[in-house]
Amino acid sequence: MGVRSWFEGWPVYRQLTGTDPLGRGAAAKSDGSRALTARTDTADSMARSVCPYCAVGCGQRVFVKDGQVSQIEGDPDSPISRGRLCPKGSASKSLVTSPLRQTTVRYRRPYGTEWENLDLDTALNMIADRVLAARDETWEDVDAEGRPLNRTLGISSLGGATLDNEENYLIKKLFTAMGALQIENQARI
Amino acid sequence: MAEAHPVGFQWVMEAKRRGAKVFHVDPRFTRTSAVADSYLPIRAGTDIALLGGVVHYILDNELDFREYVVAYTNAATIVTEEYADTEDMHGLFSGFNDDNATYDQASWRYEGHPQDQTTRDSETQRETAAGLENESHGAPVGGETERDETLQHPRCVYQILKRHFARYTPEMVERVCGIPQEKFLELAHAWTENSGRDRTGMLVYSVGWTQHSVGVQYIRTGAIIQLLLGNVGRPGGGVMALRGHASIQGSTDIPTLFNLLPGYLPMPHHAEHPTLDKWVDSIAHPGQKGFWGNARTYGVNLLKAYWGDAATADNDYCYGYMPRMTGDHGTYQQVLDMIDGKIKGYFLLGQNPAVGSAHGRAQRLGMANLDWLVVRDLFMIESATFWQNAPEIETGEIVPERCRTEVFFLPAASHVEKEGTFTQTQRLLQWREKAVEPPGDARSELWFFYHLGRVIRERLATSTKPRDRALLDLTWDYPTHGPHAEPSAESVLREINGYDVATGRPLASFTEMKDDGSTVGGCWIYTGVYADGVNQAARRKPGSEQSLVAPEWGWAWPANRRILYNRASADPDGNPWSERKRYIWWDADKSEWTGYDVPDFEKTKPPSYRPAHDASGVAGIAGDDPFILQGDGKGWLYAPTGVLDGPMPTHYEPVESPVRNPLYRQQANPTRKVYTHPINTLNPSPPQEHSDVFPYVFTVSRLTEHHTAGAMSRNVSPLAELQPEMFVEVSPELAALRGLSHLGWAHLVTSRAAVEAKVLVTDRVTPLRVDGRIIHQVWLPYHFGFEGLVTGDSANDLFGITLDPNVLIQESKVGTCDVRPGRRPRGQDLVDLVVDYRRRSGNLVHRYPPMVTTDVADSSSDQEA
Amino acid sequence: MPHANALYGPLDPAPDAGYENAPPRMGFFTDTSVCIGCKACEVACKEWNGVPESGLDLLGMSYDNTGALTANSWRHVAFVEQPRSAGWATPAFAGDPDGPAISPATAAVGARTSTDTGTDPGLPTGSPAAAARMSGGPEFLGMPGAQPPGRGSGAEGRTDFRWLMMSDVCKHCTHAACLDVCPTGSLFRTEFGTVVVQEDICNGCGYCISACPYGVIDQRKDDGRAWKCTLCYDRLGVGMTPACAQACPTESIQYGELDELRERAAARVAKLHERGVPEARLYGHDPNDGVGGDGAFFLLLDEPEVYGLPPDPIVTTRDLPAMWKRAGLAAMTMAVATAVAFLGGRR
Repeated sequence: MGVRSWFEGWPVYRQLTGTDPLGRGAAAKSDGSRALTARTDTADSMARSVCPYCAVGCGQRVFVKDGQVSQIEGDPDSPISRGRLCPKGSASKSLVTSPLRQTTVRYRRPYGTEWENLDLDTALNMIADRVLAARDETWEDVDAEGRPLNRTLGISSLGGATLDNEENYLIKKLFTAMGALQIENQARI
Repeated sequence: MAEAHPVGFQWVMEAKRRGAKVFHVDPRFTRTSAVADSYLPIRAGTDIALLGGVVHYILDNELDFREYVVAYTNAATIVTEEYADTEDMHGLFSGFNDDNATYDQASWRYEGHPQDQTTRDSETQRETAAGLENESHGAPVGGETERDETLQHPRCVYQILKRHFARYTPEMVERVCGIPQEKFLELAHAWTENSGRDRTGMLVYSVGWTQHSVGVQYIRTGAIIQLLLGNVGRPGGGVMALRGHASIQGSTDIPTLFNLLPGYLPMPHHAEHPTLDKWVDSIAHPGQKGFWGNARTYGVNLLKAYWGDAATADNDYCYGYMPRMTGDHGTYQQVLDMIDGKIKGYFLLGQNPAVGSAHGRAQRLGMANLDWLVVRDLFMIESATFWQNAPEIETGEIVPERCRTEVFFLPAASHVEKEGTFTQTQRLLQWREKAVEPPGDARSELWFFYHLGRVIRERLATSTKPRDRALLDLTWDYPTHGPHAEPSAESVLREINGYDVATGRPLASFTEMKDDGSTVGGCWIYTGVYADGVNQAARRKPGSEQSLVAPEWGWAWPANRRILYNRASADPDGNPWSERKRYIWWDADKSEWTGYDVPDFEKTKPPSYRPAHDASGVAGIAGDDPFILQGDGKGWLYAPTGVLDGPMPTHYEPVESPVRNPLYRQQANPTRKVYTHPINTLNPSPPQEHSDVFPYVFTVSRLTEHHTAGAMSRNVSPLAELQPEMFVEVSPELAALRGLSHLGWAHLVTSRAAVEAKVLVTDRVTPLRVDGRIIHQVWLPYHFGFEGLVTGDSANDLFGITLDPNVLIQESKVGTCDVRPGRRPRGQDLVDLVVDYRRRSGNLVHRYPPMVTTDVADSSSDQEA
Repeated sequence: MPHANALYGPLDPAPDAGYENAPPRMGFFTDTSVCIGCKACEVACKEWNGVPESGLDLLGMSYDNTGALTANSWRHVAFVEQPRSAGWATPAFAGDPDGPAISPATAAVGARTSTDTGTDPGLPTGSPAAAARMSGGPEFLGMPGAQPPGRGSGAEGRTDFRWLMMSDVCKHCTHAACLDVCPTGSLFRTEFGTVVVQEDICNGCGYCISACPYGVIDQRKDDGRAWKCTLCYDRLGVGMTPACAQACPTESIQYGELDELRERAAARVAKLHERGVPEARLYGHDPNDGVGGDGAFFLLLDEPEVYGLPPDPIVTTRDLPAMWKRAGLAAMTMAVATAVAFLGGRR
């Protein structure tokens, strides 16, 4: 930067020579302000999504920068919500980026008093062991009259209603095939 | 609605701007009341009395939309003379069986119909929540009916209805609900004046109606009004269930519910459905009219989707693999079974019953008595840390060192970290694109269950046990992608949609499904969502570039239809009822139904079509019968079968109520589902003694700033700070009576728990005058728990467990309690306090309110007495 | 040269601040008659602008737990419970067995509470009298408990009720004293006529805080800088709507060209008057008011004080020219006197 441009960048110079003699507007604009732009404009990508809270189904636009969610706001194209969001929907970025989110598997052994860490793959295998064991221990082939039951009442499940249809489909399919009947959802509540 | 669904409420505000009148009925003055034209404070749990009052008002003044009512409802249908009404039986209908507290529905049938029209007994229906099956179709009934279209026959539905609701006068509404007559009449006037050819009125409800021991009948009453006023199947009309979770509609359509399979097919029952044929026939009812006649097709397609090549005609498409129900396996039964040590393992998938389900203490004690618990969530919720931080630690009921439950907490992916569809409250499926990868170990449920299934199948690969065949033959070959081997959600959606086995071509409509195994379809009502191999749920044509119906945004089941039964938007001849309310009509030149939406009718069936005498299935539906999933094609003012607590709604008091039912001797729903278990104590209600120990009515609901059990809001700073503490809203009058001060503490006591909260004394809560008494109500949010940025006692701890008989949903919108100033006691003192209340209310020895109270004539208002 | 009204009177502020070919002045019209108090504006603002948490205390001012506009809350929804008619609605509690209204007393209790917002001066502890006034009732009534319950629906019983909600925000004054007094040029006028604190310039001197006639400006304790609504200057630059207005479910917050908004607002007031709401009035719309009109103005349903707004705000630098004139005169007199003395001295 030459001395001249440095000098011209000096607000007082701009104030004295420009159109803003009181130095309250154009002359006072900082480098930061001049460089300012909406981060939605500079996002790497935008995903069309749907609000995860209530069932109105408001459209959301999820902006991503460097692999991180940088903004979530209403989708003006949605004929349901017309770009608007309630406080919960508006808080979606804070929801998905909350520092309180758990990102590792935690394990509490029987009679334990503290959480322990566990590898995800190990956890998955331990759960598979327990599912199979519980199923074997509580399996019912037939009722007292010999009619088929094909089931276990030793396993329960209660799902929230923010699960995707595809997820519910696999959950129901797998549990049904393993004979686990006691599969419930917030929809009962 | 402004409180819990603010963005949906924009449409109400827009209607208001155009001159619509908004009425708001709520126990307390809310943010919705603030912008309503009229607010009606109501005693919680008395909506049937209010709505029954509107039915009475319509019939008494003959304000029904007569042409619509005669043509499209069963008003003219004649009922058998065996039927006896609540008018003559102190609040019971004919057919009540004292032994198991259920109705034999035979005497409710239409004239001339066989007595055994319903093959299922009512107790089994209650235990299996069979009412839920009717979410996609009516209960079975024959199509041929005897009718009197003059509506004069004393046993026609219209006259029965008139008599049934005769005592629901404006005076009675005031006595029961505490709503002044003038207010009630303002509502009744406005509703009826704004319905008819040129205008329609809309009814919106949420769990304030469903979470009652007689919840289904609340909605039935609303539906009766809307049918009488011609507000069903027409634009701007209807009964709108505003559901509370992003895909709770989807969770019933593709259910993770014990009694249902995808598309509202019943989970097989060991006694009723031993074979495929029996299962299918119990749904289709051979010879019955309507679209449900194709049940075999839907069932076979599901079995093929599950078991693929292994499912053949010879083995009944693997029907034998299906587990069988023997009774009630619902979530509350499960919790009691956990307490009793009968359940080994429990999965919680984005759900927090320690806060969100009724009787929180029972929930937590149940979880503390498992072998293992898997919690999958975004946050460390109360249901994962009960062994560490539950209130029962303080009372000594849970001791970590003695609690054997092994807990796996697995972090879950958020809605932006996975792709898939939500089904929102209007049955609209919307596909979400994935924005980012989930952090760390967080994974989708799709990932977890796909890989759990994969591991389990690998373990069993060499098994020869018959029980393992169902797992080994399962089609479980979804393609995976990415670093974590995430299964393809689109491939699952394609299976849900269904396809032709030979060519793999996705089906365009469930009418393309075959019952011979040549097509596959995981959920028949969703067929079409992947038509032409295109993910129709991902469509995002801007609303501004479409008609108001916006058919190219997402995809609605069935068949992308946005208003159900929309044939009713045209008159019997197929012409619009009025230009203003034009929606679907018969185009005589083209000989087809046309309009702004997908017609909910066979496209080329003319209005003049009349079925042959013995026609069944779809062919049995006449050209002027809009309700094509009902056996008789009519909207039901009167339900001859299928609704377990009566063919018409009747006001019963909530199970916990401070007042004797002013309408009938029968106090509460005689068919409600009761759990007699030591942990499930109930407060006494009249005519039992000591109901005065719990003199106040409490109700709970949501705040705009929080979400359900709180995980998704109490852990999110910009929301937590907006409603940072548990509070209770009380009227100035109750505050004076109980010595409560604004921002001071109070605690509420029931026979289950004591819960403390900060006091907000507000003019928004009013005492009511009910049957000559002053009744005080208090309100609490149910969002709080002991984890998160903001914490507080859980309101749901106050409730006991009593369920609606039709769908097994709990009564968690109303109960009785005492209100005391100050904080609640801690530790053993807390236990002692609750026990003392139980002792004072005579409930130390376990006692349940009597199911039938028709022999107790102590109601001052007993009109028959 | 500066406009004759540069410091007081009607003015188009952006051209006056040196912007050639400035875009039309942009602003907010907040119509409180359709506000449902959902606080989407508060949250949307925080999400977009990265505004920190402002305290986790129950304030007891109806559903307002934010309390005021602070450096950590750039939108604030006020809730006012009043025992009086909403104009359009049937009396809420007519026929119910109510005693006298309590809302003034609860507001008074609430007004004594405050929370640490992490800012300074942060959330002021209000006076009970002011709170009582906010409820539109008589002065402080005392604590709950005056009347026995169910005393009947006589004259002393509350029958009517309304719940006012209003989303408050920086007014973006035509004559913004905050920027007049800012010694660093951190506060400046944008080309859209809005007033913005430039975080890269602000040195935390705090002069702007006392200059604001609305009490909007506040500074964070941690970094000392002043923070407030920027009307989403970054979004405006790329033609987007500010986050709060974009989120608002009921169009209570409307964003647009100020001239057009003023016309829309006048029409809305007329319509409300027609519908039997005579107390509907505009606030901050008048270019001839004490701040030359606000860039963010409001439709209110009661006196401004009820919402915690000053009834007649005046730019605190209004008298500066006169003061400068007097100061100049004094200086000149001094100079003349000095010269005279000097000259005299030479004598």
